[in-house]
Amino acid sequence: MDKKDIKEIEKQMKLANEGLPEKERILFSDVRPTTVAPLNKYLENFLNWARARSLWIIGYGTGCGAMELRPLMTSRFDMSRFGIAPRPTPRQSSVFVIGGYASIKTIKRIVRSYEQMQGPKFVIALGSCTINGGMYYDSYNTINRLDYYIPVDIYIAGCMPRPEALIAGFNKLKEKIQTGECEGMNKYAENFDWYKKNQKQIIKDWNMPDYNW
Amino acid sequence: MNIWIKILYAVISVLVVTIYGLTLGGIVRKIYARVHGRYGPSVWQPFLDIIKTHGKRVSISHGYMFYLGPIFRLAGGLGTYLFIPVIFGSVVFSNFSIAGDLLLVMYFIFFGQLGMALGAGEGGHPYSPLGIARGLSQMTAFEVPFSLAVIAIAIQYNTFNLTTIVAAQQGSILNWTLFTNPLAVVAAMISLLGMNMHPPFSIVLAPQEIPIGPPIEMNSSFLATLQTNRGLFTAAKLILFMNLFFGGATNLPIMIIKTFLIYMFSVFVGASFPRFRPEQSMRFFLKWPTLIGVASIIFIAYF
Amino acid sequence: MEYLLNKIKKMIKFEASIKQRDDLYFITVKKEQLELILSYLRDNEGFTHLAFLQAVDYLEDNKFQLTYMLYNYDIKVNLGIKVYIDREKAEMVSIHKFWAHSWQYQRELHEMYGINFPGSPRVEESFVLEGWEEIPPMRRDFNTLEYSIKTYYQRPGRSTNDPAKYMKEKMYKKYAESPKIRRDND
Repeated sequence: MDKKDIKEIEKQMKLANEGLPEKERILFSDVRPTTVAPLNKYLENFLNWARARSLWIIGYGTGCGAMELRPLMTSRFDMSRFGIAPRPTPRQSSVFVIGGYASIKTIKRIVRSYEQMQGPKFVIALGSCTINGGMYYDSYNTINRLDYYIPVDIYIAGCMPRPEALIAGFNKLKEKIQTGECEGMNKYAENFDWYKKNQKQIIKDWNMPDYNW
Repeated sequence: MNIWIKILYAVISVLVVTIYGLTLGGIVRKIYARVHGRYGPSVWQPFLDIIKTHGKRVSISHGYMFYLGPIFRLAGGLGTYLFIPVIFGSVVFSNFSIAGDLLLVMYFIFFGQLGMALGAGEGGHPYSPLGIARGLSQMTAFEVPFSLAVIAIAIQYNTFNLTTIVAAQQGSILNWTLFTNPLAVVAAMISLLGMNMHPPFSIVLAPQEIPIGPPIEMNSSFLATLQTNRGLFTAAKLILFMNLFFGGATNLPIMIIKTFLIYMFSVFVGASFPRFRPEQSMRFFLKWPTLIGVASIIFIAYF
Repeated sequence: MEYLLNKIKKMIKFEASIKQRDDLYFITVKKEQLELILSYLRDNEGFTHLAFLQAVDYLEDNKFQLTYMLYNYDIKVNLGIKVYIDREKAEMVSIHKFWAHSWQYQRELHEMYGINFPGSPRVEESFVLEGWEEIPPMRRDFNTLEYSIKTYYQRPGRSTNDPAKYMKEKMYKKYAESPKIRRDND
């Protein structure tokens, strides 16, 4: 058996959902995420054009950086002119803005929410803490590199970045989406085991399903 | 007339009115933004949103009823619309107007909500039954003055046929129901506020406390169907009100101007008032608008 | 206030008292006398509000210091009551009978310092750290940097500057070099 076959078999393997109690396991799906190929060139370009102009943020402020999202909504910076709108549920949103430091308790919820979003989905990591830990680099409770746990499309450096920097980041994300570079969901499905290994390494009491579809 | 031509005409009118309704939604978002002192999203934002939600690569379903929920909702919107004659005297926009279509339309306004309630309930999210409970109770409340107004109109014109009602209002502006039966119009316009779910009656969608209400679990194409329906349903309601109270329309520009102005009433109130709680809005609808509705029936039947 | 302190002094023998400000006093009492003095202050002297309950780790003395900060709304005075407890066998009497909200402080102290409060409701539940396996992280013998390097992947290329030195070099260079401008410090 060569390497490709092994990978294929691994992909068909069901998730164990070992963190859940026995009787709850049947309530949750045990299917692994799969990669979804883009459509043909012109249709995908058209959809990317629409996706870039209708970015819905999930309303989950994960750290102090979420504070910068509020001025964005109000009249001074007004993100709605770029087609960016807050959305209260992960099912309907397409952009996840990680606001700064993510503690272990938060990263558990981040992973859950991220997996519940319907692809294509994009992640903007805001602040230095998501890049290398920032001022919390030696903390016992905050992660240092976000891209080990979920795929990240855009980093916005700073502590805190101003709303203007956020708008610049969103514009950068738009450009990337239009060129079709933002395939974070497929990246997550391809490297699923690696991401899960990293997540489980820090989340010690894993009491949720392995993939939250 | 050949049924196929009729169907072709219906498809054309549905498309036109859906696009009109969605554009209207975009314009209203722009107006709200300007009231807030913002620049606001582009007028075509609802179309972009629909294309994007349709373009999602994966979607999650929770069962058969979950599939059917948005479809019922769209069917309610379509049903409401397809039995309303949009333009008086036009062949293309006359839709399937028949004798007694007003009753059918009244039924279809409720039908969509009920179907949606079944579908959203299967999503399993605790907030969606909460939103449904609020939605249906508010719906029951504003349906009372609206039904009373419709009964008053039926007594006034001795018919349930919308085309006849519109025909009776032609000729002069003083023939409009607005002037012949003002009490019924007041009751119905207040219930329109509740129907459009702008503030002060926006507790159903309640973006802050129970995120987005009933459609919370709806994703991808389910949500896109609901968004399409929102455009169609809004336009259908406005056209119904135009036909019942404001003399109908004899061509497309008149229809657009009249429905836009009717919608502006809702938007003006929405932009200037805060939100009612569910029990407050119930109490409001069952108090003054209902009394006005009853008064309009007594007025039209005995004087 | 002095009068009150004297009154308490007559009642029980406390070890030390500090006057920090006009409206901020600290007294140190024995572990066994805490309940007595808290109930006396709350019921008779009007210290009805527990502002916070906090712990300090004195690793060198092998002791934890607990501070119960009370507030009197009538005379507008803060009174901190310090208690020293043993660090190895860290256990303290729960005060959730006096102030119901203190269970939350005790839960946090239990998690962060490993201090035990028998009888306090929900004290075993995790507060911030879900599934923590090491020693409680706020104890001073816990090395957070080492743990962070071990657990979370450090991104290479990180550099740190001393703010004072850096600013002197970059921002105030011309002031530092020019002899004409005297700064307050030198």
